[in-house]
Amino acid sequence: MGQLFDKLNSDVRFVEGIKGCINCGTCTAICPAAEVYDYQPRTIAHLVQTRDDSIIENLLKSDTIWYCGECMSCKTRCPRNNAPGLIIQALRTLSIETGLFVESEKGRQQLALKRMLSDTIIETGYCVHFDHTTLDMFPEQGPMWQWVHNNKEAFLPKVGANYKGEGPGAMRAIPQSDIDELRNIFEVSGGFKWMETIEEHSAKKAQEMGLDIGEGKASEYFANIYTSNNQAKHSRK
Amino acid sequence: MKLEGKRKIWNEYQKDIADDKYFYVRSCIRQAVFPGSENTYLRIMRDVLKKDVHESAHHTTCTGIGYHTEVVPFETIQTVVARNFALMREAGYENYTPSCVTSFGIYTEILDTWHHFPEEKKRTAEYLKKATQRDFQEPGNMAHTSDIIYKFRHQIAEKAKYKLVNRITGLPLKVVDHIGCHYAKMFPEKGIGGAEHPHVLAGLIEAFGGEVIDYPERRHCCGFGFRQYFIKANRGYSIAASKKKFESMEPYQPDLILTNCPGCNYFMDRWQYALAEMEGKTYDTQGNGIPVLAYEELAGLMLGFDPWEMGLQMHQVGIETLMDKIGIPYNLSEKYKGAKGEDLGVPESPRNIKFYK
Repeated sequence: MGQLFDKLNSDVRFVEGIKGCINCGTCTAICPAAEVYDYQPRTIAHLVQTRDDSIIENLLKSDTIWYCGECMSCKTRCPRNNAPGLIIQALRTLSIETGLFVESEKGRQQLALKRMLSDTIIETGYCVHFDHTTLDMFPEQGPMWQWVHNNKEAFLPKVGANYKGEGPGAMRAIPQSDIDELRNIFEVSGGFKWMETIEEHSAKKAQEMGLDIGEGKASEYFANIYTSNNQAKHSRK
Repeated sequence: MKLEGKRKIWNEYQKDIADDKYFYVRSCIRQAVFPGSENTYLRIMRDVLKKDVHESAHHTTCTGIGYHTEVVPFETIQTVVARNFALMREAGYENYTPSCVTSFGIYTEILDTWHHFPEEKKRTAEYLKKATQRDFQEPGNMAHTSDIIYKFRHQIAEKAKYKLVNRITGLPLKVVDHIGCHYAKMFPEKGIGGAEHPHVLAGLIEAFGGEVIDYPERRHCCGFGFRQYFIKANRGYSIAASKKKFESMEPYQPDLILTNCPGCNYFMDRWQYALAEMEGKTYDTQGNGIPVLAYEELAGLMLGFDPWEMGLQMHQVGIETLMDKIGIPYNLSEKYKGAKGEDLGVPESPRNIKFYK
């Protein structure tokens, strides 16, 4: 056993996720990620069982651990009650803590996700806020959604939304006192440290790649990681 | 003997659901994309079933999407969840009812974690106290809002104005259900029917007189995959998974896709539009696409609620074909009016999928 394995094994999700894989491949047969990516959850379970730090380090640097969609279909069907999806969560956590996530194209996407999601959480109290659901980021929402955005003030009350209003209701403005409590939770429980870790390692990588890290979505690095897709490498062989 | 065996197995997939006095927590995606859907649920619960449903203005996201994209650590989400539990007890409630399947999965996972690893719960309590001065207790009962609709499905059906029946042929309409991965794939015993025998939506379809279609990819993921959708470079994963489902259900020509999870409601709808624009194909025979509704939207429609006040125009795939088959009257001139009846114009029409305006 090595240091990286010991760290993995200190994550309760890892303990729950691997109880002895028999390499049957049922998880791979059911996995939506395995249909589109060069990915097998069976291999993940097999590799972590080696307890070999050099193998684990390679995983932490790889695109492989970022292919999973965390749907947890693998959990349902595993005859030994393993959950490769939970192993993936523990590996991703360690990849971020060690900064190795920036060594892969898919891992580098963490900066965009941090700026799209955790920044939104601590600013608004929501993971996803209506104002951010714009067609430039999500064009598949179609022309109907553009109409909704164009007419939000006049239309949203019709369907019972309390858009940016006080009190309860859909799309309400969450009171600042509650946002402050949420931010305190992030401070005390390591949420802010996690976000800073992603920013710091991404800034170093951006410099190495000659890209401006910028702020928010106004960033060359953000634009690069949000759209880069080495299809030949990632696609199922 | 055989029947007894089946009954025994089925009993493992039942769950206790509270009768009344619910603490309601909203879904980030459902309220941002289908706000009328959540409003419809509250109308059914309060106005039709006369239940006590409390919503605190102070609850926040559970941070589940952040957790499943690895931008929120496990320690943080546990503490945010504990805060929402604390708000429930402070308001005098103990029956926790999230409107989101991702959240339902999060709450289930965290309660299970606290059961198996009490040190995680102890640390969470310390973090919560330090950050907010609050104390928390676990819910007495926890059920997804679709579980509640399922529990009262027969009462709702008794009060319904319409049935899931073709008004011309008199035959049941064909419905495919999609319960969403995090409803039961992680903890099958926490979902009605589990992951393999999904019944939370099927029971509602049957109560309204429809026919449940058990198509091959019924249990396949819609393709959200969290990071696989939010990052544009990964979105092929998402649309490919939905396409696999549409192709699998196409031979059965369903009249409706019924969903449980707000994300699935979104993907089943939007990816049909995107596939029509990309490939010129719809998965019905008339170029309409297959209508998609959440359980609460369907229940509201059957009860005779106004479709446009429920926000059904916020689906990109039109619901009109379903209403026409059932015989539900609707006024197209009201579809795109504002809350005060003002004319707001109409959206542009997609190229390859019929649009009613």
